Amino acid sequence: MATETNLTQGVSLDHHHDDHGHEHHEESFISKYIFSEDHKMIAKQFLITGIIWAFFGGAMSVIFRLQLGFPDMELSFLKPFLGHWLDSAGKLDPNYYLALVTMHGTIMVFFVLTAGLSGTFSNFLIPLQIGARDMASGFMNMLSYWFFFAASVVMFSSLFLETGPAMGGWVVYPPLSALPEAVPGSGAGMTYWLISMALFIISTLLGGINYITTVINMRTKGLSFSRLPLTIWAFFLTAIIGLLSFPVLFAAALLLIFDRSFGTSFYLSEIYMNGEALHNQGGSAILYQHLFWFLGHPEVYIVLLPALGITSEIIATNSRKPIFGYRAMIGSMIGIAILSFIVWAHHMFVTGMNPFLGSIFMFLTLIIAVPSAVKAFNYITTLWRGNIIFTPAMLFSIGLVSVFISGGVTGIILGNNALDIQLHDTYFVVAHFHIVMGSASFFGFMAGVYHWFPKMYGRMMDEKLGYIHFWLTFVGIYLVFFPMHYIGIAGFPRRYYSHTSFDAFSTFTDLNMFISAAAIVTFLGQAIFAFNFVWSIFRGRRAPENPWNSNTLEWTTPVSPGHGNWPGKIPHVYRWAYDYSKPNADKDGFGDFIPQNVPLSKTPHSNLEHENEIMNEQHVEDDLKINDHK
Amino acid sequence: MNTLFIGLAAVLILSILFMLFRIQSLVTIVKGSHQRVGMSNKVNGALMLIVPITLLALTVWYSPIAAESFLPEASSEHGLVTDRLFWTSITVISIMFLITNAGLFWFAYKYQYKEGRQASFFHDNTRLEVFWTIVPAVIMALLVFFGWKAWSDIMSEVPKEAIQVEIMGKQFAWQVRYPGKDKEFGNHDFRLIDDVAGNEFGIDFEDKKSEDDFIARELYIPKGQPVLFKIRARDVLHSVFAPHFRVKMDAVPGMPTQFHFVPTKTTEEMRTELNNPKFNYELACTEICGRGHFAMKFIIVVVEPNEYNTWVAEQTPFLESNPQFKGKGLSDLRKKNLAKKKEEEKSKEQASL
Ligand code: HEM
Ligand SMILES: [Cu+2]
Ligand SMILES: [Cu+2]
Repeated sequence: MATETNLTQGVSLDHHHDDHGHEHHEESFISKYIFSEDHKMIAKQFLITGIIWAFFGGAMSVIFRLQLGFPDMELSFLKPFLGHWLDSAGKLDPNYYLALVTMHGTIMVFFVLTAGLSGTFSNFLIPLQIGARDMASGFMNMLSYWFFFAASVVMFSSLFLETGPAMGGWVVYPPLSALPEAVPGSGAGMTYWLISMALFIISTLLGGINYITTVINMRTKGLSFSRLPLTIWAFFLTAIIGLLSFPVLFAAALLLIFDRSFGTSFYLSEIYMNGEALHNQGGSAILYQHLFWFLGHPEVYIVLLPALGITSEIIATNSRKPIFGYRAMIGSMIGIAILSFIVWAHHMFVTGMNPFLGSIFMFLTLIIAVPSAVKAFNYITTLWRGNIIFTPAMLFSIGLVSVFISGGVTGIILGNNALDIQLHDTYFVVAHFHIVMGSASFFGFMAGVYHWFPKMYGRMMDEKLGYIHFWLTFVGIYLVFFPMHYIGIAGFPRRYYSHTSFDAFSTFTDLNMFISAAAIVTFLGQAIFAFNFVWSIFRGRRAPENPWNSNTLEWTTPVSPGHGNWPGKIPHVYRWAYDYSKPNADKDGFGDFIPQNVPLSKTPHSNLEHENEIMNEQHVEDDLKINDHK
Repeated sequence: MNTLFIGLAAVLILSILFMLFRIQSLVTIVKGSHQRVGMSNKVNGALMLIVPITLLALTVWYSPIAAESFLPEASSEHGLVTDRLFWTSITVISIMFLITNAGLFWFAYKYQYKEGRQASFFHDNTRLEVFWTIVPAVIMALLVFFGWKAWSDIMSEVPKEAIQVEIMGKQFAWQVRYPGKDKEFGNHDFRLIDDVAGNEFGIDFEDKKSEDDFIARELYIPKGQPVLFKIRARDVLHSVFAPHFRVKMDAVPGMPTQFHFVPTKTTEEMRTELNNPKFNYELACTEICGRGHFAMKFIIVVVEPNEYNTWVAEQTPFLESNPQFKGKGLSDLRKKNLAKKKEEEKSKEQASL
């Protein structure tokens, strides 16, 4: 059945391409670079926008780190950016501190690591790795980017509002976020935040539907789900998670909009504000938290899974070894995807939720640690007895595995509700999620850029700069976030403008200073990447077709693939993506890799037993066709 | 002037760096065929050991120093249990962390590229995989079990004899009310809150039980007796955090919450233990609530039970110092509202006439 649909798909697509070839016209600047429907251009749009956002998000964290590490510092030199949010003594306004934290979190989680990461690589790699000419709907794909762009514009403009952008933390819990009297950012700033997120959700859904449809329907002949590269599995599952969870955030946001603007009481009850009892009764502030985290927890996997998929691909390629436990990897990703929907209330252990429910969610949460552990073990085993080439992408992938473990193990502590009582909303949590989600996904992002840059721009990035960038970032990340565990164990609450009003939290001033210094150096170090990226787009060494000797289909395209990806027919797939260092491959005339599009009949010596069986079953016709083509 | 200098220096450094970069890439080109795996691979391989070991050494050196600034041993019964569980879990995860990271970086170093070596085509091993699915599952199950027991104890039924204290969060302070001699709180209703008149809790004084309620500037609790915090908020979310007691519970407008525990050390005992005569137990807020979130401090004082009783006896009920509230409550409010409505209607009628 599956092959049948694939066949017809393949045919119709080829056909489409032929049409295209005949009327080969010069595309206008606008349709090529702006309202492009080519998945590769859209991917680059997501990439560049994501990088720009990462710069803003990072710069914000530098400003609030200055406040935390050097509380007495005069910040007047930031006057051009912060304006009236600095008082005459050059001190940051506490409200604006909250605004920075909120914007930083929102930008990093949604704009950088959801749109920037998933948007870039799902778009770029899905068609290329499954052997499709483009996404199922190029038009929807284009819309997906432009909705994201609109969301970006709205969020960015909220920075310039008189009353400031949203200030309720990236989770924007009501009533704080519902009542403009409670904090200035809950006025216009919050309205902008909600509009921006609504646009963002539409963008994610448009993208997600496309990714799912494309993966299901447009795989080239022979590319069954059991041969799919792990990258595609990861993007596919991510899109499904997003499709199921983002609408819930949309609903939550909608109800919040009603409460804010139309006098409803979904989340509000028994509130006295500004010398007045509000009319709202019967609403539940906890309801919002359930809805938010129903998205919020899956969201951390939306951010992480693509990074893990990218890493699987890169580690296998550069260890020159098949990924260890291919099926277990798929199984654990499916497990994580399912479990991620039933653990959300571990963010709410001390909200007054029924303690019995707390116990249930602890059990479920700790189950999810098992598939995560399996993935980590499989990465490590893939390195074992490999022949490892340290490309910058490989370095970032190894770094990812390290931070994924370091941040993952503290999850075991936080998932334990008895321990979470003390640690919830302290810096221990900040350390945990920055390492496991922030850093791991960021490393995955970087790994992906270094690895697929040659395919994106036809040139190589400078390796030496890549090495420096990696080691600086790796050390920097650990120096910034690891010490936060100590501060968290000491009880320091998060989202505090200053800790010194409490005797209990007046310690660790020197450590906070150290963290801030490390953060600034790490942030500045990213300039190396920025330079390398921009320089290499224009002046980098020209890339060969398959610079990493990789097996997947994207490397069978020309150096700079045009619209439609393959100039001729779409290659068919005959094997999984991980035939690296296959025994006896040399007798078949191959080195340490056999690309996916090499028929089994070409590799009689290296075929495994079951592969020989498959080959014998295959129609001779098929092979003839291929030979024709070659 | 200074800025100019810094700016110039920065430009200079950047251009030197850029020159270095150009030279480096030109040298690579001149050297001819760009080698796929060269010296850099060895350097990176070596760093795979050097960097993690250095970081580990830093951690080993710094952890005891940091530990001096951790909170002292818990001052509550359940806190002692969770602390023990916490440090056990930290030990377990540290071992897991060390083993896996050691494997990761050691393999990366050991199996770095060597000319002529062939990587092994090792891609499946059911036994291994079952093994490392089961090991974490078992460890997890054990930790869950102890966590679940501790949690169930902490969240168990409130002992009848528990001393009740109401903690109310508002922007940006905590306020504390005691039930007085009858050991029962009078009703409250948010519509009765009136900051100007002084009824910040919205106490309903038609309820006789409220007549002996008193409001305290410091939160006194007796050592060795169960204490129940009845927690609420009147504007936005807040969260009661008493770090020394390992107590945390959100304060939610419209939904009362609670937390009960047994304090084990008086403030005085802590002062001697820490050798700090100024030590005080503190109550903080851990749910973002606006501008003053970072400064919602309230002092908790733990005393011996007899001292506690004396202290309670010394307190004056709120109503006694604010007699104007006598008998004022919900029905009073209702009357007022009706009157107001009538007046409004009247003026409307007049206007339409
Ligand atoms: C991969 C990049 C990053 C991601 C995904 C990320 C994500 C987040 C998120 C989701 C929050 C929570 C926001 C909130 O509390 O409302 C946050 C807070 C924070 N971030 Fe980041 N972040 C990243 C990079 C950084 C960097 C480079 C620093 C520099 C030290 C940093 C420092 C902080 C701090 C200190 C807070 C807590 C502030 C507070 O609670 O007072 N983050 N981040
Ligand atoms: Cu979660
Ligand atoms: Cu607060």
